[in-house]
Amino acid sequence: MRAIAFTLNGQPQRVSVDEDRRLLWVLRTELGLTGTKFGCGRALCGACTVLVNAEPMRSCQLPMSAVAGQSVRTIEGLGQADRLHPLQRAFIDRAAFQCGFCTPGMLMAAYALLLKTPNPSATEIIDSMDRNLCRCGAHTRIVAAIQSVARGQGERP
Amino acid sequence: MKRRDFLKLGTGIVIACRVDPLWAFHGRGQMPRLDYPTDFNAYLRIGGDGRVTCFVGKIEMGQGNMTSLSQLVAEELNVPLGAIDIVMGDTDLCPWDLGTFGSMSLPVFGPVLRRAAAEAREVLRELASERLQIPLDSLVVKDGTIHDAQHPDRAITYASLAAGQVITRHVSGPPPLKDASTFTIVGQSAPRRDGISKVTGTAIYTGDVRLPGMLYAKLLRPPAHDATRIRIDTTAVGNVKDAIVIRDGDVVAALHERPDEAAKAAALIGAEFAFGAAALDNANIFEHVVNAAPAGQQVVSTGTVEQGEHLASAVFEQTYVNGYVAHAPMETHTALAQWENGKVTIWASTQAPFMVKNQIATALGVPPDRVRIITPFVGGGFGGKTMAPQAIEAARLAKATGRPVQVAWDRAEEFFYDTFRPAAVVKLKSGIDGAGHIVLWNGDVYGAGDGGAEPVYDIPHQRVVVHGGWQNPAPGHHPFGVGAWRAPAFNSNTFARELQIDLMASHAGLDPLTFRLNNLSDQRMRRVLQTAADRFGWRPLKAPSGRGVGVACGVYSHTYVATVAEVALDSSTGHVQVTRVVCAQDMGLVVNPEGARMQIEGCITMGLGYALSEEIQFSHGEIADRNFDTYQIPRFSWLPKIETILIDSPALPPSAGGEPAIICMGAVIGNALHDAVGVRLLQLPMTPARVKAALDRRS
Repeated sequence: MRAIAFTLNGQPQRVSVDEDRRLLWVLRTELGLTGTKFGCGRALCGACTVLVNAEPMRSCQLPMSAVAGQSVRTIEGLGQADRLHPLQRAFIDRAAFQCGFCTPGMLMAAYALLLKTPNPSATEIIDSMDRNLCRCGAHTRIVAAIQSVARGQGERP
Repeated sequence: MKRRDFLKLGTGIVIACRVDPLWAFHGRGQMPRLDYPTDFNAYLRIGGDGRVTCFVGKIEMGQGNMTSLSQLVAEELNVPLGAIDIVMGDTDLCPWDLGTFGSMSLPVFGPVLRRAAAEAREVLRELASERLQIPLDSLVVKDGTIHDAQHPDRAITYASLAAGQVITRHVSGPPPLKDASTFTIVGQSAPRRDGISKVTGTAIYTGDVRLPGMLYAKLLRPPAHDATRIRIDTTAVGNVKDAIVIRDGDVVAALHERPDEAAKAAALIGAEFAFGAAALDNANIFEHVVNAAPAGQQVVSTGTVEQGEHLASAVFEQTYVNGYVAHAPMETHTALAQWENGKVTIWASTQAPFMVKNQIATALGVPPDRVRIITPFVGGGFGGKTMAPQAIEAARLAKATGRPVQVAWDRAEEFFYDTFRPAAVVKLKSGIDGAGHIVLWNGDVYGAGDGGAEPVYDIPHQRVVVHGGWQNPAPGHHPFGVGAWRAPAFNSNTFARELQIDLMASHAGLDPLTFRLNNLSDQRMRRVLQTAADRFGWRPLKAPSGRGVGVACGVYSHTYVATVAEVALDSSTGHVQVTRVVCAQDMGLVVNPEGARMQIEGCITMGLGYALSEEIQFSHGEIADRNFDTYQIPRFSWLPKIETILIDSPALPPSAGGEPAIICMGAVIGNALHDAVGVRLLQLPMTPARVKAALDRRS
C-alpha cells in the first residue's frame, strides 16, 4: 500500500493502493469512473485508453506507480452531456459508434492525436487509431468524425 | 384482438394491449410463431407529464433498435420522438420477448409495438371524444394533443387524459395503423438515443453496475475443453489479502472486493487436470465435420438430379470449407447477481434476457418469478450472447457468499467459452447447359446449417441436403460450443454458392453479373444487383479480367442484398486489401435510413474478418487464440471505401437489417480475388499464407 497522488481530470487525487495495481481497475473500482473499459487486459484493443499527460496509454497495463505525480485524463474528463467536447459532438453527429463499448477509448485516442497533430490527414488518423479495435464496424464514421473536428468544424481541442 | 384494458399504475396509465401473436406474421408463413403476451403486458405508459415510456423485451447492443423502436411508437402515437423513453430487456418491467437476434426487432416485434401504440392512440381519442364532446371522426392528434380538426383550440393532451384515470375498455377489431405515406418520423434518419451517454462514458454496461458490498469473482478454468479437474489446492489464495475461495460443485472461484485482486488470487489456485482423447485440430476438422455429421435433412428438392445432369453440358464439382470463427464482442460476457429474500436479480450482458431468466430458474432451482434479469447496454453480441453461463456462475456465487457477485470473463475466457460459428464443408455439384443456364444444383452442407443453402437462382433441378448445423449441434459433431454467428449458416453457404456461380460464369464465357442476371427472374434480386453494379460502374468482362472486381448476392430473411467489391493483391505476400465495396440492399420499409446504413457498414467491416483473417486455432480441446494478438479482427487500416444504397420499398414491411449485408463478404472478396489473379480460394479465411500458396501452386 502506498498513497499515490496524481491529477485526475484536472483535480488533485490521492489513493492508497498497491503500487503495482493497474490504473484501469483503480479507476473503475476505487474511483468509480467506469467510462474506461476493460476489453482485452493486454493492451491489444484500446478500450481502456486514457491520457497520461498528453500520451495515450493503455490503463489495463499501467501500474499505479507510473501514475504518481502525473496528470491523467479519462473519458469523464473530456466533456459532459451539457458541454460536450467537439470530438464527442462529432461522434454523435456522424453516428460514429454502435455498441459504444470501444467509444471511450476511441475518443481518448483521437483526442491524443489531435493534441499532437491538430490537422491530421486521413492516413495519419488511420495509422494512429489502428490499434484501437471496434467490432461493430464504426471505423469509417470514426475517421470522418475526427476529420470533421480537425478541419475546424468545432473548436480546437 | 378481442379487448383491451387500461390499468392504473403509478402516476400514469398503463395501456395493456392484447396483442394477437399471429398478427405479426401475417403473410410471413415461414416465421416461427412467437408468444408475445396476450394479457397484462404493458408496452406503453403515458405519464402525467406527457412522456411516453415504452417497455420492450429487446436489448440494445449497438444495432440501434432503441432508436428505431422509439420511432415506431412516436409515429403511431403522434408524439415527438423526444417524448419517448424506452425501458429495454428488464424481465420484471418488460413484456416477454424471445431475444434480440435474427434481425427480428423491426420485422417481427415492430408490428406488435406499432399496434400497441396505435391502439393507445385510438383509445385516447375515444376518451378525448367523451371529454370534449366532439365526435371521434372530428378529432386529430398532433404532438400528443388531441384537438378538433376544425377548432384547434378545442383540445386536450394525452398527459391530462392519462393522469389520474383508471380505465378498462372492451373494444373489438384491430386499431387502424397509419399509412406509410403519412409517416413523418418513421423513414427519417433519427439521431441515436444512446448517443450522449455513449460518448461521455456514462452509458452503463453490466460491468459498470455497482452494488454495496459486491464482490468480484474469477473462476478456475480448465486448460482444454476435454480436461477434467482431478485436484485443486487453494491454500495459496490466502496470500492475497481479503481474498476468499468458494467451491460450489464444479464452480471454484476466488472472490475479492477488487476485480484485479480476485484475478490475482484465482491465479494462485493450484489445479491438476486430466486430459481426454480429443484429437481434433485445424487440420483434420473438416474430415471430421463430414464424417461425424448427423443424418442429413433435405432442404431443397426440385426436379431430379439425374435430369439435371442429363441436361448439363458442363458439370462443376467443388468443395468449400471454413473454420470456426469467434464473436469477439468488445464487451466480454459479464453478469452481476444479487439475492434478496429468495429472489435473485441479475444484471447480464445478454441478447435474450427472458431465455436467461428460465436458464437461471432451472440452474438455481427457483421458480421463474423469483428471477429478474436486467439488461443494461450490451457491448456487442453478434449471436454470441444468447445464453449467459456467466449469469449462472454469478448467481451461484452470490448465493454461496450472501453478497452481490460480479463475474466478468476475461478475454481468454471469452475465446474459450465462445459458441463459435461452426466449421463447415459445403460440397456443390452444379451444371449449365449450352445456353449458359444453370440446370443442376446438387449440394451437401456439413456443419453450417441450412441458412442460405437454397440457391436463389432459377434452376430446374435442385437438391440440397444439410448435415448438421449451428443450431442444436449433434453430440460430438464439434469439439466445443457452436452457435449463431451474425447471419448463421448464411456466410458459409453464400461463400460456396457465389463462388460456384462465378466458376460457371467463367466457363460460360460471361461476366459474373450478366451470368447472374441470365439466371435470375426474381425482380428484387435483379434490382439490387443492377443497382450495386451501376453505382460501382461495373463493366462486363469475363473473369479473371485482372481488375480485381467481384460481385455476390443473396437473401437473408426477406432482405435482398448485392455487393460489388474491388481488391488489391500484394502477390509477394498474399495480402488482400479490399479497396472499395458497394452494397445495395432492399429491406422493405426503412424505419431509420441512417441506422440501416450503419448496420450495412458494420456487416461489411465485420465480414472482412471472416473473409480474410478470422479462424480459431485449436488442438486437443485447447483454444490457442486467447486474445487479439493472434486472433485478428478488422482494423481501421483494413477498411475499404464503403458505399451503401437503400432501395426504397415503403410498401413492403420492414425486413432484416442487422445481418444481411455480411453474407456476401466472403464470396465477393473471393470472386474479386479470382478476377485479379485467376486463383479461386475455396477455404475461408483467405489468409496471406493461403493466397500465397494458391499463387505458388498456379505458377
